[in-house]
Amino acid sequence: MITFEQVGVEYADADGPALRGVDLTIPEGELCLLVGPSGAGKSTLLGTVSGLVPHFTGGVLTGRVTVAGRDTRHHRPRELADVVGTVGQDPAGHFVTDTVEEELAYGMESLGLPPAVMRRRVEETLDLLGLADLRGRALSALSGGQRQRVAIGSVLTVHPKVLVLDEPTSALDPGAAEEVLAVVQRLVHDLGTTVLLSEHRLERVVQYADQVLLLPGPGEPPVLGDPAELMARSPVRPPVVDLGRLAGWSPLPLTVRDARRRAATLRERLPAPAVPAAGPPTGPAIAAASRLVVSRGPVPALRGVELALFPGQITALMGRNGAGKSTLLGSLVGLHAPDSGTVRVNGLVPHKSRPKDLIRSVGLVPQDPRDLLYAETVADECTAADQDAAAEPGTCRALLAALLPGIDDRCHPRDLSEGQRLTLALAVVLAARPPVILLDEPTRGLDYAAKARLVEILRTLAADGHAVLLATHDVELAAELAHRTAVLAEGEIVADGPTPEVVLASPTFAPQTAKILPPYLTVPEVAAALRELP
Amino acid sequence: MSVDRLRRDAPGSAGSGAVHSRALPRQLHPGAWWLWSLGLAAAASRTTNPVLLLLILAVAGFVVAARRGDAPWARSYAAFLRLGLLVLAARVVFAIVLGSPVGGTHVLFTLPQLPLPAWAQGVRLGGSVSLEGMLFALYEGLRLAVLLACVGAANALASPSRLLRSLPGALYEVGVAAVVAMTFAPNLVGDVRRLRAARRLRGRTDRGVRAVLSVGLPVLEGALERSVALAAAMDTRGFGRTADVSRRLARTAGALTPVGLLGVCSATYGLLTAGSHAWAVPVLLAGVAASGAGLALGGRRSVRTRYRPDPWALPEWLTAVSGALVAAALIWYAGHWPEALTPSVVPPTAPRLPLLPAAAVLIGLLPAFVTPEPPRSTR
Repeated sequence: MITFEQVGVEYADADGPALRGVDLTIPEGELCLLVGPSGAGKSTLLGTVSGLVPHFTGGVLTGRVTVAGRDTRHHRPRELADVVGTVGQDPAGHFVTDTVEEELAYGMESLGLPPAVMRRRVEETLDLLGLADLRGRALSALSGGQRQRVAIGSVLTVHPKVLVLDEPTSALDPGAAEEVLAVVQRLVHDLGTTVLLSEHRLERVVQYADQVLLLPGPGEPPVLGDPAELMARSPVRPPVVDLGRLAGWSPLPLTVRDARRRAATLRERLPAPAVPAAGPPTGPAIAAASRLVVSRGPVPALRGVELALFPGQITALMGRNGAGKSTLLGSLVGLHAPDSGTVRVNGLVPHKSRPKDLIRSVGLVPQDPRDLLYAETVADECTAADQDAAAEPGTCRALLAALLPGIDDRCHPRDLSEGQRLTLALAVVLAARPPVILLDEPTRGLDYAAKARLVEILRTLAADGHAVLLATHDVELAAELAHRTAVLAEGEIVADGPTPEVVLASPTFAPQTAKILPPYLTVPEVAAALRELP
Repeated sequence: MSVDRLRRDAPGSAGSGAVHSRALPRQLHPGAWWLWSLGLAAAASRTTNPVLLLLILAVAGFVVAARRGDAPWARSYAAFLRLGLLVLAARVVFAIVLGSPVGGTHVLFTLPQLPLPAWAQGVRLGGSVSLEGMLFALYEGLRLAVLLACVGAANALASPSRLLRSLPGALYEVGVAAVVAMTFAPNLVGDVRRLRAARRLRGRTDRGVRAVLSVGLPVLEGALERSVALAAAMDTRGFGRTADVSRRLARTAGALTPVGLLGVCSATYGLLTAGSHAWAVPVLLAGVAASGAGLALGGRRSVRTRYRPDPWALPEWLTAVSGALVAAALIWYAGHWPEALTPSVVPPTAPRLPLLPAAAVLIGLLPAFVTPEPPRSTR
């Protein structure tokens, strides 16, 4: 269905080629998963299939890509629109109209399909994606998972032979992600659509893949093959594969179910884990919300939230998209004034404090770290941060060097990778030495290596006595890092306790390892237990 | 609410051509609503009689209440009413502070007058406020408010983006650009708000002009990134696919439209300026024909089809005609008996309700009874 013949892509201002020596064929009706670290060329490869590379992004394409027999070099994206459907990372950026039904019809209108056909296909697609109840709804009134499904539906109505999805679940909570992936799997089964999908959170998708396309690194030629085989070589792996490698299983299990069947003997050998005494918080809380009610527009986003943060403790805040996580973080830094109830951070009332004083008590790294960064270069950004915080000149730069060495001073913050940008924003926040640090969805768009570095950094901060609160959809991160987990639903805290207790009680929030070898939560814990065995 | 509920057709009689049946809920063609509301607005612009103006307001409000859907933009009538009240209040306040062009003998009260230097002669601050001046300002302000309410009614009944979607094929790309621009503004406001909040996180103040200005560059960068992403998404979804047409056809279409529009413009100028210009009417007709032909030819390049186009049936005709009738009646009446539509303020007289124009305005209620109900989502 898709053939690459000696394909290479090089951008004008880059050091090396983004892709080199891609020579493979993706057969019809396969779900093919792109795996690789950040910067390995996943998005570029997806772009060559939809024709956006090179027609839209520029750069030089060598070799030949054909999709359903059409050479992408001679066909612009709009001329491929009837065979390739593309959905980018942010579904909101993809919408052209304002209601669900019109959005589904838009692609067909552009192709000039007869009205009767359009009508029939819109109805079919509404049923296929479970959107029938939302047909007249305004797109702005949809939740994250619904938006992603509408975006997929809007390219499906033209009956493309190939579907290209760039990180379809990275912004979604675990439940919504499953919803979207179930739809993708149904397309492969029922319609025989060829799906090409990239995703950082492999634990969510690898079990659905028929083939894996591994991009080992920038400019290295990719390999296409059986998921279990390639996972054994891949530099990025979900926990279930890590566990399989640790236990020496072959072939490697890709699903929790496979792994659980294999794990019987291992489970017997492992001792009951020494429950790490989740040390009762020492001293008084440094930040606390009490009976907090906050409204965003006409609807209350938080309804009577009780939460306390303690020095040296990492707390994970989980819950659906729209449950109120960001609002809670915003209230702790004074972005939203409470309707009733109180917030205290380090003795201050956040929404009444001057920003200058507040940053010495609490710092927030927002969902998009770019919001915090204004300067033209990394060095300027650090100087400005020192001035804002009235810190010794060089404080921020030194922090950045300690957190992540090797960032070029002259780089523009927007040109950094996601992980580097997050670290820079964290360094900017830390320059004021706040005892409370909040992070909103920090692992969005990070690969496993960047995530591991973030875990190290946050652990060190907690050991230094910082109170850390992170809002996240990433159950693996919460299990690995957080001492305590709180779950928000509909603006109320519905669970709050030591992480093992909270995540083991809920199948949605349980990490993969906990589903295979409960009560172990992470692969490193299992590894440590195995080392202690005689 | 309406009598037609009692006379609804039996469900079985609705065949496949049932789009024209009044019994089936459907959206009225947006063009019909805009023509109707423009008719009301034209009528309102012809009168300062507050009784008539309030009657027009009531008619528009009744139809909106009867026929608006439950989409977010359906709430815009109230927003426009509030805007109208604001305009009215501003007009009155200005009349009190700055004085009124109509002199008057009935002094209501006198404000202390601010002495102004000689170069500001002709401007007055404070001073006596007359009943006549107040009435004049009130009528004028009310007229503006009613005009705004008419626009608000059209907005609530049919979103402007739906109207743009029914443009002819040759103008389709212009329409999309306008729709995209309209969704752009709310996004921009959201960006500014988010970035101002982020300034607080850096320990800088989020108040004042400087705070807003300093987020300007990041907001523009964000907006640019979003437009590039949208352009890419639209391209991959087939936006801009064109049919192969002969170059001669394309050139003819390209030439006809501007020439026709030029003709329309010069003819309008001829019609509006003083003196009789016999050439104006034929040129106007020729211009309209030329640009129409240009649009029709240009439409052949577009391969686009339309999903569930809004039909133009009897209810649309009735709606558009009712608006036009209201406008025509008031324009005709204003030509013959101007004093009834513009009650005198010097000397102040109680405005009376002229019967014929009032009856004409009531024709504007027709859409509330003859149009199908809009579909409502069952939430």
